[in-house]
Amino acid sequence: MTDEVLIKVSHLQKSFNGGRNVLEDISIDIRRGEKIVIIGPSGCGKSTFLRCLNMLETPTGGSITFEGTVLTDPKTDLDKARQKMGMVFQHFNLFPHLTIMQNLTLAPVTLNLKSEEEARQIALNLLKRVGLEDKADKYPSTCSGGQKQRIAIVRSLAMNPDVMLFDEPTSALDPEMVGEVLNVMKDLAKAGMTMAVVTHEMGFAREVADRILFIHGGVIEEEGTPEDIFDHPKSPRLQQFLKAIL
Amino acid sequence: MFQSIYDTMIAGQRYVLIFQGLGVTLLIAICAIIIGTILGCILALMKISDNRLLRGIGTVYTTVLRGLPLATQLMIFYFVVFAPLHLPKLLVAILAYGLNSGAYCTEIFRAGIQGVDIGQTEAGRSLGLSKRQTLFKIILPQAVKAVLPTYTSEFIVLIKETSVASFIAVMDMTKAGDMIRNATYNAWIPLLTCAIIYLILTLGLTKIFDIFEKRMARSDR
Repeated sequence: MTDEVLIKVSHLQKSFNGGRNVLEDISIDIRRGEKIVIIGPSGCGKSTFLRCLNMLETPTGGSITFEGTVLTDPKTDLDKARQKMGMVFQHFNLFPHLTIMQNLTLAPVTLNLKSEEEARQIALNLLKRVGLEDKADKYPSTCSGGQKQRIAIVRSLAMNPDVMLFDEPTSALDPEMVGEVLNVMKDLAKAGMTMAVVTHEMGFAREVADRILFIHGGVIEEEGTPEDIFDHPKSPRLQQFLKAIL
Repeated sequence: MFQSIYDTMIAGQRYVLIFQGLGVTLLIAICAIIIGTILGCILALMKISDNRLLRGIGTVYTTVLRGLPLATQLMIFYFVVFAPLHLPKLLVAILAYGLNSGAYCTEIFRAGIQGVDIGQTEAGRSLGLSKRQTLFKIILPQAVKAVLPTYTSEFIVLIKETSVASFIAVMDMTKAGDMIRNATYNAWIPLLTCAIIYLILTLGLTKIFDIFEKRMARSDR
């Protein structure tokens, strides 16, 4: 982890259709190489927070800066910024009409970042990395959930992102497939990737996170190292949350 | 039996009428589905656009053209809208059916596009693809597949509905059958002939689109 701030979030606010604020006021600096894990009870706004980071949700207040670009500025070219922000979804969202190889090469080739041949080579290496090179010419429907999620992760990596956002990446998986996906994420963390992960996998959080954010009621109720959060929780709400899930 | 078929259809070369009518029916249906498809693509994109005006135009168009009976529309186009232009009847019929089919195609395509899971758009956009690139590379290919069965039935409905073209005195196949009935006082041979030809057309089309569908279902296996 370096001292360089990769994503700066200040006073982020989000409400849907003018209703109550899902996010009240969130400020945080994410440094290059840092692994942030976001936990909290369902409906607390943790997914909304993550989706604001790459502007899949448009914040209603505050600002987000990524590598010096103010994403919340309406004039910003979001497509350009998103090329450097990978996102992994709970439901994988692989493109069912394309082969695995095409899933991985579509964005780099369409955006003219890589030639078809280069993109294929990169994709093949990435698939090897997650042990799925034999799936290259198959369609997503032939893959298990765990395989789909590993492919979704390398699809994002094919864009060579500077940060990876994970929105409950293992929540839709059968229990026996959670491990294979978490292992890929751990390898990614070891390789120095900046990561922001919304998850219910507390083992993963404890092992990988540099910092854990506990979000409750649209604010960061408590933040700290895994030891702070799991062994010495201060806020009663966090204590209650941990008691309920552990 | 063969004698009466001969008397009604072959004598006086009346079968030629049926074939001419069939030609007209096919001409109207094919031209109309082409117009309708193009129009449907444009209007569907308008209806899903962020622009309020474009959306409004699309909505008014589909509401009006789907809300009126086809025979009424056909006469309005012939006797009112296109009357000052003195267009040939057949051309008016083609335009009227095309414009009408456009409204149905719009709704079919719009539903198809919006039926693609929102997660697909999110995945595309989060990879850095623009709205346009996401639409054309990710959403539309999936929508086409989803839309094919309803699109087929729209084409089939169109072929059958050409039978009301006689409201503006276009001589389609049904009209031809009716004329033979009038001339020979035999109703069931000419009309049954028409019915069988319609069935062959619609069954044939269903088969052809079935093959398309199967081919496109490759990625589902």
